[in-house]
Amino acid sequence: MRSQLVAGLRTFLVCTVLLGLAYPIAITAMAQLAFADHADGSLVERDGQVIGSRLLGQAFDGAEWFHPRPSASGYDALASGATNLGPTNPDLLAAVEESAVAYREENGLDPGAAVPVDAVTSSGSGLDPHISAANARLQAPRVAEARGLTVQTVLGLVEDHTDPQALGFLGEEGVHVLELNLALDELTS
Amino acid sequence: MTADAWAQLALLVVLLGVSIPVLGTYLARVYSDAHTTLVDDASEPVGPSGAGAAPGDRIFLPVERALYRLSGIDPTAEQRWTTYARSVLAFSVVSVLGLYLLQRIQGALPLNPNELTAVAPATAFNTATSFVTNTNWQSYSGESTMSYLTQMGGLAVQNFVSAAVGLAVAVALMRGLVRRRSGTLGNFWVDLTRGLVRVLLPISIAGALVFVSLGMIQNVNSNVEAVGLAGAPVAVPGGPLASQEAIKQLGTNGGGFFNANAAHPFSNPSGLSNLLSIYLLLVIPFSLTYTFGRFTKDRRQGFAVLGAMVVLWLGSALAAMTFESDGNPQFDRYGVTQQADDGVVGGNLEGKEIRFGSPASGLYAASTTGTSTGAVNSAHDSFTPAGGAVSLVNMMLGEVSPGGVGAGLYGVLVFALFAVFIAGLMVGRTPEYLGKKVQGTEIKLATIFILVPSVLILCFASVAVLLPTAASSILKPGPHGLSEIVYAYTSAANNNGSAFGGLTASTDWYDTTLGVTMLAGRFLPIVAVLAIAGSLARKQRVPVGPGTFPTNTPLFAGLLTGVIVIIVGLTYFPVVALGPIVEQLSL
Amino acid sequence: MRPALADSLRKLDPRHMVRNPVMFVVEVGSVYVTALFVVDLSSSTTQENVFAGLVALWLWFTVLFANFAEAMAEGRGKAQADSLRAARADTTAHVRRPDGTMEEVSSSKLAVGDLVVVSAGEAIPGDGTVVEGIASVDESAITGESAPVIRESGGDRSAVTGGTRVLSDQIVVEITAKPGETFLDRMISLVEGADRQKTPNEIALNILLAGLTIIFLLAVVTLQPFAIYSDARQDIVVLVALLVCLIPTTIGALLSAIGIAGMDRLVQRNVLAMSGRAVEAAGDCQTLLLDKTGTITLGNRQAAAFLPVPGVDELEIAEAALRSSQADETPEGRSIVTLAVERYGLRDEPVPGAELVPFTAQTRMSGIDLDGTSVRKGAADAVKRWVQAEGGEVPHAMETIAHGIASEGGTPLAVAERRDGALRVLGVIHLKDVVKSGMRERFDELRRMGIRTVMITGDNPLTAKAIAEEAGVDDFLAEATPEDKMALIRSEQAGGRLVAMTGDGTNDAPALAQADVGVAMNTGTQAAKEAGNMIDLDSNPTKLIEIVEIGKQLLITRGSLTTFSIANDVAKYFAIIPAMFSGVLPALEDLNVMKLSSANSAILSAVIFNALIIVGLIPLALRGVRFQPLSAAAVLRRNLLIYGLGGLVAPFIGIKLIDLVVTALGVN
Repeated sequence: MRSQLVAGLRTFLVCTVLLGLAYPIAITAMAQLAFADHADGSLVERDGQVIGSRLLGQAFDGAEWFHPRPSASGYDALASGATNLGPTNPDLLAAVEESAVAYREENGLDPGAAVPVDAVTSSGSGLDPHISAANARLQAPRVAEARGLTVQTVLGLVEDHTDPQALGFLGEEGVHVLELNLALDELTS
Repeated sequence: MTADAWAQLALLVVLLGVSIPVLGTYLARVYSDAHTTLVDDASEPVGPSGAGAAPGDRIFLPVERALYRLSGIDPTAEQRWTTYARSVLAFSVVSVLGLYLLQRIQGALPLNPNELTAVAPATAFNTATSFVTNTNWQSYSGESTMSYLTQMGGLAVQNFVSAAVGLAVAVALMRGLVRRRSGTLGNFWVDLTRGLVRVLLPISIAGALVFVSLGMIQNVNSNVEAVGLAGAPVAVPGGPLASQEAIKQLGTNGGGFFNANAAHPFSNPSGLSNLLSIYLLLVIPFSLTYTFGRFTKDRRQGFAVLGAMVVLWLGSALAAMTFESDGNPQFDRYGVTQQADDGVVGGNLEGKEIRFGSPASGLYAASTTGTSTGAVNSAHDSFTPAGGAVSLVNMMLGEVSPGGVGAGLYGVLVFALFAVFIAGLMVGRTPEYLGKKVQGTEIKLATIFILVPSVLILCFASVAVLLPTAASSILKPGPHGLSEIVYAYTSAANNNGSAFGGLTASTDWYDTTLGVTMLAGRFLPIVAVLAIAGSLARKQRVPVGPGTFPTNTPLFAGLLTGVIVIIVGLTYFPVVALGPIVEQLSL
Repeated sequence: MRPALADSLRKLDPRHMVRNPVMFVVEVGSVYVTALFVVDLSSSTTQENVFAGLVALWLWFTVLFANFAEAMAEGRGKAQADSLRAARADTTAHVRRPDGTMEEVSSSKLAVGDLVVVSAGEAIPGDGTVVEGIASVDESAITGESAPVIRESGGDRSAVTGGTRVLSDQIVVEITAKPGETFLDRMISLVEGADRQKTPNEIALNILLAGLTIIFLLAVVTLQPFAIYSDARQDIVVLVALLVCLIPTTIGALLSAIGIAGMDRLVQRNVLAMSGRAVEAAGDCQTLLLDKTGTITLGNRQAAAFLPVPGVDELEIAEAALRSSQADETPEGRSIVTLAVERYGLRDEPVPGAELVPFTAQTRMSGIDLDGTSVRKGAADAVKRWVQAEGGEVPHAMETIAHGIASEGGTPLAVAERRDGALRVLGVIHLKDVVKSGMRERFDELRRMGIRTVMITGDNPLTAKAIAEEAGVDDFLAEATPEDKMALIRSEQAGGRLVAMTGDGTNDAPALAQADVGVAMNTGTQAAKEAGNMIDLDSNPTKLIEIVEIGKQLLITRGSLTTFSIANDVAKYFAIIPAMFSGVLPALEDLNVMKLSSANSAILSAVIFNALIIVGLIPLALRGVRFQPLSAAAVLRRNLLIYGLGGLVAPFIGIKLIDLVVTALGVN
């Protein structure tokens, strides 16, 4: 057993150097050469200032913004995660009900109006950058009013900032909230 | 399910279908070098007649020789099963200790730009066992606990080597089945090294670069702190992610760089990266069946095993995709639209990302639990009870649909021994698999193999539901709380690592019992498998004839599936009935 | 039947039960539930008492039915053992001491090496070898065959068995077995199954069953905490009922009965297996070595055709062959007469005034003389010599025909006549080995089952090949010496095949010992009988094929009932789980697919079904699953359909029916 342990220790050290240092460092070097933007986090800048990552959702409050989905972490990128509430958990159901009521209220919908499911549920990461097109369309009149734009214009922007499905059929298409809000801001400022 | 969801599943099946023969053949050649010749028939294309005639020898051989020299290994030494097992255990013991140590002293080491301190002892023990056992249960939040050095120099290394250990054990079992009157099974260190150098590392390099091209990060920068568009502070985490994500999927590890695991947009930026991730975690486990076919010189033997895996995997994938696409009926009463439609992303979206949608989340869940990966792109805890049950049952099957890297194959082959033993008698011969008589020794070891996870799961879970300190981790009691506890032990015992996140598992009770469960759930079965391999290798091979119980037919694939489902179903039906089934039925 | 019932009770002894872990668990459960029933009798409601009482009762029945199955299987052998015991009764032996004096010794006090004189009318006192004399012996006590057999000193017919009876003459027997270890003693314990050892496969199966029992024990024991968590604490009676229903009681109850019945089926065919291992090995055999003579062909050669030389009419040679063979009483001679009568319509009547010349070893011819005309028939060279000695000429055609027959593996006999002083060769009679009818079909069946047949013969390769082709065996070993046989067995075994063979001579002994299944003929020598692991009392080498089939049938029965037993559990879950939790978790009522009327009746019905299915399957266990000589793939498909799918479906129907009855009787 002792000889096995010695062999094990030496192999462990060799593996640590090869796989734990050489490999990631080589990948980092190649990634930085070929895909520097991606490798550094797809940072979004405005006026030379980083305002976040294209991939990470951000919190938006206030009528003038499109609102992202609810988030278990309040869009804190250093505390990613889901609510992890079970499907029959009363807390989850209460949260969904509360979100639905609030959503109808802030967007001026009828009390019984249908609400898209993404608007009342939290994502897995708490950092979902997208909302559904249906969700965005329901928010558009409120945003248009707050920003003094026509609903038509806003809907056009929604259209422009909808990420298509990968390869046309993988996953779902989603409206990119950060980019949409950024575009809105640029249009109105 | 939408047409797109079907198309996505179809594309995945096609990709796998194309890869399985290619990778399977390659694996067969990697593990059939001069010392571990598996062919005694020169006309057979598999396996070289001379030394090391596997593809890429010109590049790989010098690397391997250098590694053997550095590690002080004699690559020509053949090992008996006991030595092979001792090597596995010795390497794993060293790995647990090394990884524990690294976590405990990370604060004093470089590559820690976010200045994280030492990991707490219980968490460090749990994490060390979890990564060494290929479980990758996460009782920590990666971004706020593990330094970059720990991530890449500790966790990622175990992602590689634990997968290579699984491969080695599977290869040893295959050798046991095909060798005749042989006392030895090959050399663990050689199998480990070749698996790393020739399989896991090259594919990971390619995978990591593809992942970066799709948006994944790969840097050693500290987190970027900024002010967001709406004026609130935002952070953009950094880290060597892509290099780790590739092996995490390929090696069916699943431990996330971030707390949100593969739901995190950096870990899984798009629908395409999602599909590639699923592909990566399935490709080796499925391909190994083809390797098995090459080893046995009868491809249909591999297809029969593959058939059983595919039936279980496709069945669970379709079930999870359907249940999640149908949504959570409890939401209906609040006027929530869950029906997919123009612009509406349908299904039970709680805990799911828009860019994947419900079907792809269901597919991911079934694949990650069917393999022993345990990465999650959505919160399994928030799945519908039936959808969550799919994940739970997938793990209870013992990770054979198609299971972890190597572990899936050796798991399914143990079930094959049972299938052969129970039904094989019905053809009027004492049972044999691939010409090897299945006798008391094999059945005893195979029984231990399936007993270990059931003992661990049922005993620990039944104690946990009654023990106040353990039961208090359940946020909301009821059937779902039971599911959460059972899920945790099932995940640990079968080395999956995914979780029903609603359970607060970062307590000493869970860190410790889950750690023990992971260790026992990994290494007792491995020793049993190696003992089976050793026993089979010594046996004479009975030639195949019309009187032989056929194990290369669709009928056998069906029988194998039936045996897996019935043995597992009978073991866990009561607890599944009291957990997810009752929850689903009371919706 | 009645002794079996008594035995079932006697077998409740835990020391006996513990050898069968599955049924032992049931017995412990029965005791436990009975104790609970008694303790709670006064504190429980009538309904609870009726339920607990009935569950306890049926659990006991489950154990008893298992014991009954075993007792039934043993019962068949018991009767046979009793008659054997009668033969073993103590007798007085006349021992001849080295100095020539005689001494009377009780047969139970004989020692190995003693010389015993046995005269007509006396029973042979122990197993031994005839060293002097010849006698006819009645072996019916062992073989059931009433015709006496000849036993003589020297050669392959020297072995005698204690308990058999000398009918005529006197022999001296050297005792070769200690009293208590004789063939008869072994036979008694074998048919009784007294010291029955578990066979390797049975041991492996027992491990599997024990493993399943542990798993279910675990599932049931841990169910209570989960139930308590779900606010649905379970009655212990119900948990025991669930456990008993889940563990593989069906196969556990019938396993030993299947084994005993398998051995018994051999005994019924007058084959004694010295170990169960040999019976299992018989099922695994992939190569059968079969002696040509007596197994594949009838013992003697028979006339197949009359081949005239040119210029002779076929009828003429037939007539001559018939006449010249009337004096030949050997089987070959009789077959010539038969052929002439049947194919040419000739009459087998004595010719008035003719002088018959019988066959002698010197002349190797037989014939007939009448009015100066002589007809002779005999070995080709003998006839040739006769013709030439009488001054005649042998036509070249005869030599050609004779050579042709020999090269096909036949034996040529020539026919010649001397009429009016002129000598004429008429032609040749073709004698050949006659393959027993049905052998080709038998071998085809064996081939389909994946068993290779190899014919062993002392004939030359040419002859051997011809017969091998006609019989349809896969291969042959010609001019076989005992060493060749041994080498063949070794090479087959080196290829991983199990080999079965029969033998009787002393020189067969090493091969019999080497073969995985060695069947010694009871007529054979003591050495052969000791080397083999089976003894065929009928000394019928063809029986090897039946032995293989019995071995396979034994394994098939075991596998089928195991599959059936495990498949049964699915339905039992669907009966019991909803019933257990219907009160607290009404949603689970959706799982009650059988729509059983109440929780108690559902559980009780499952327990009753579980017990009754054992009784229902006893006949199958004793008789064995019907064996069909098909390929493994075909057998598997068929048995999976019947016992796998059947095992899934049957209990759904059975439990539902029992539930209807139970409910009608007012239990709820």
